[in-house]
Amino acid sequence: MNQTRKRNRGTKSVYAPGPEQENIESHTLAIIVRNEPGVLARVIGLFTGRGYNIDSLTVAEVDHEETTSRITIVCSGTPDVIIQIKAQLEQLIPVKRVRDLTIFGPHVERELALVKVAGTGDTRIEALRLADVFRAKPVDSTLESFIFEITGTTEKVDAFIDLMKPLGLVDVSRTGIAAISRGATTHDDLD
Amino acid sequence: MTQANLKEQEAQTNEKQMTGAEMVIQALIEQGVEVIFGYPGGAVLPIYDEIFKNQDKIKHILVRQEGGALHAAEGYARSTGKVGCALVTSGPGATNAVTGLTDALLDSIPLVCITGQVPTFLIGTDAFQEADTTGITRPCTKHNYLVQTANEIPSKVHEAFHVARSGRPGPVVIDIPKNLQFEKGTYQKDKPKVEQTYTPVTEPNMHAIEEAVRIMAQAKRPVFYTGGGVINAGKKASELLRELVELTNFPITSTLMGLGAFPASDDKWLGMLGMHGTYEANWTMHDCDVMINIGARFDDRVTGRVDKFSPKSTKIHVDIDASSINKNIKVDIPIVADAEKALQAMIDVWKRKQYKTDQDALNIWWKQINEWRKKNSLAYKKDDKIIKPQYALEKLRDAMAADPRDSYVTTEVGQHQMWAAQFLPFNHPNRWMTSGGLGTMGYGLPAAIGAQIAHPDAFVVDVAGEASILMNIQEMSCAVQYRAPVKIFILNNQWMGMVRQWQELLHGERYSESYTESLPDFVKLAEAYGGIGLRAETPDDLDKVIAEMMKTDRVTIVDVCVDQKENCFPMIPSGKAHNEMILSPDAAAFDKTLV
Repeated sequence: MNQTRKRNRGTKSVYAPGPEQENIESHTLAIIVRNEPGVLARVIGLFTGRGYNIDSLTVAEVDHEETTSRITIVCSGTPDVIIQIKAQLEQLIPVKRVRDLTIFGPHVERELALVKVAGTGDTRIEALRLADVFRAKPVDSTLESFIFEITGTTEKVDAFIDLMKPLGLVDVSRTGIAAISRGATTHDDLD
Repeated sequence: MTQANLKEQEAQTNEKQMTGAEMVIQALIEQGVEVIFGYPGGAVLPIYDEIFKNQDKIKHILVRQEGGALHAAEGYARSTGKVGCALVTSGPGATNAVTGLTDALLDSIPLVCITGQVPTFLIGTDAFQEADTTGITRPCTKHNYLVQTANEIPSKVHEAFHVARSGRPGPVVIDIPKNLQFEKGTYQKDKPKVEQTYTPVTEPNMHAIEEAVRIMAQAKRPVFYTGGGVINAGKKASELLRELVELTNFPITSTLMGLGAFPASDDKWLGMLGMHGTYEANWTMHDCDVMINIGARFDDRVTGRVDKFSPKSTKIHVDIDASSINKNIKVDIPIVADAEKALQAMIDVWKRKQYKTDQDALNIWWKQINEWRKKNSLAYKKDDKIIKPQYALEKLRDAMAADPRDSYVTTEVGQHQMWAAQFLPFNHPNRWMTSGGLGTMGYGLPAAIGAQIAHPDAFVVDVAGEASILMNIQEMSCAVQYRAPVKIFILNNQWMGMVRQWQELLHGERYSESYTESLPDFVKLAEAYGGIGLRAETPDDLDKVIAEMMKTDRVTIVDVCVDQKENCFPMIPSGKAHNEMILSPDAAAFDKTLV
């Protein structure tokens, strides 16, 4: 699954490319930035300003002493557009490195979701049973609801949410994708 | 001051208690800033206080609107190769600066613009003259800062200059809240952190250079296509370009921004290319087999229709900005490097490997190019009674050539800009300042002031249209105040000429809002500002008026009343290819003298 692939998500961004464009690829980029005020706005502004497409975005500080943050962006576009996106990101002053995990090879992608399901009786039991199958953990419970915590690939989370829909799904909160390369190498070694 | 004294002073300033405003000025002085263009206001008063105290070290030029400050700083930067510096207040001061910042971003002009901000404790409260300056300027600067503490002011200023001038140059904004300008802090001359992280590649990949030079040596129909990157890389880059062209005997054309890097007087010069470029330049680009792009970015005004752009060529692209490579046009050999270093490397490889060009093929190529030249694409129909704009520029060209002074030309935006690019010869870099990427009407006058302040003894002329000049006409007042004797050469056709031309050619002659009624009397206007106003209504007037303009040492407006219907040719209509360019209907029938 780490090859270039087409992602078929139910929801479309407002910047979804028109039908005339083909070869739309989805790439996962790890962007290591100096964590200074406005850095996220700078990265996102570049996408909106140049009409690029963000499918998913996660960001958090990963090294407090070096004030380094890691932004993981899943973006889609033609191969040329993806190359442009990376080149443009590298032009930003606080951006230290941009790594295209999709190209660099094997990597792990995970997403966490909190899924609220309301119901009683059989549907409630069925929700709990399916959650067990998906290794989703109930993290809150009332007599008529559960909140499940599920971690996995985007596809797994999608599948779980789809299953919960007829069982009383009321709310979903997803983190977006966090990704990291497999094996002993770090970001810096990837050069 | 002796060396020892300097050292002592440096040791003192290495760590010294100062107010934020003092730090700003101290850091600017250390950066070698001699001139700053600006306009005061509430949120920068502490800095202006320091400017008052340091008048002997930094000269402040008071513009009449902040937009003028940015363009003046651009003119200063582009005519000197230094970083231009501007100072404006918060809110409207900063928003007025936005056009100039965007202009500098698109044309890669190094600028540092200091903006005042409301005090930190008022940020976010919709305070008086508050605007989210870093938010507004984020997409139109290379980088920007909102200073958080007084202590970080020096490092931010030094960092800003480093960012502005390194790699592909561009504008940088430093937003400084007013309370930090008052606050005392410790001035430390530490090396900014960014110099460790922001280190753009400038050295070319030698494998790519060797491959490029090998292909150049085998070329049968080569062309150099150069741009503003050569100018930005410094004077040495222009010298190296001349050397390389001399070595290879290849034809050379250039973008609007690159004019002057190669002398227009040389017979290998084809003239400017692109939408209003010469026939020979565009056809050479279309038919070439090897294209060597140095410091240009395949702008849409240059390429025309992208899928029909130079279909038969192997493309070599030298650019300092990796994101310019393959952005608009796919290239075969990308070289991310400083133009000077890439040119030096190419020359070295050419000489070391003792390459020789294919002389037979080049002779055929030059013969073909000379056929295209015979089209005489810049020809126009001369007239005894009406001044043709091209004729006026030829007269200006002759006057400048006869004048011993160094001459600098700025323009506004429109037909006059294209005619200036076509008809004025540029033989040296940094002599031509025009708004290329953004196309900002109103750029020329303040840019001319900036160039004149940098070169007080030079002849500086703003070739203008009567519509563009009105966009920043208030800077007349600035020019007069500082006795910056710029000359404003208005090609007055009473129309927004380029708009009118497009309406005539593409919108069925429906001239919607492109005619300017009730124009001011430019002669009286010049006099009202304290300058000199001259007018030429016939070709006979023109010589006299130009002679007078060359003589005077005062700010002068020359109102040249030109043919109202003249169109700018040749022209590649938007969305067409280089070989689909249209020539003036007059070109075939009239005037075969080369211009």
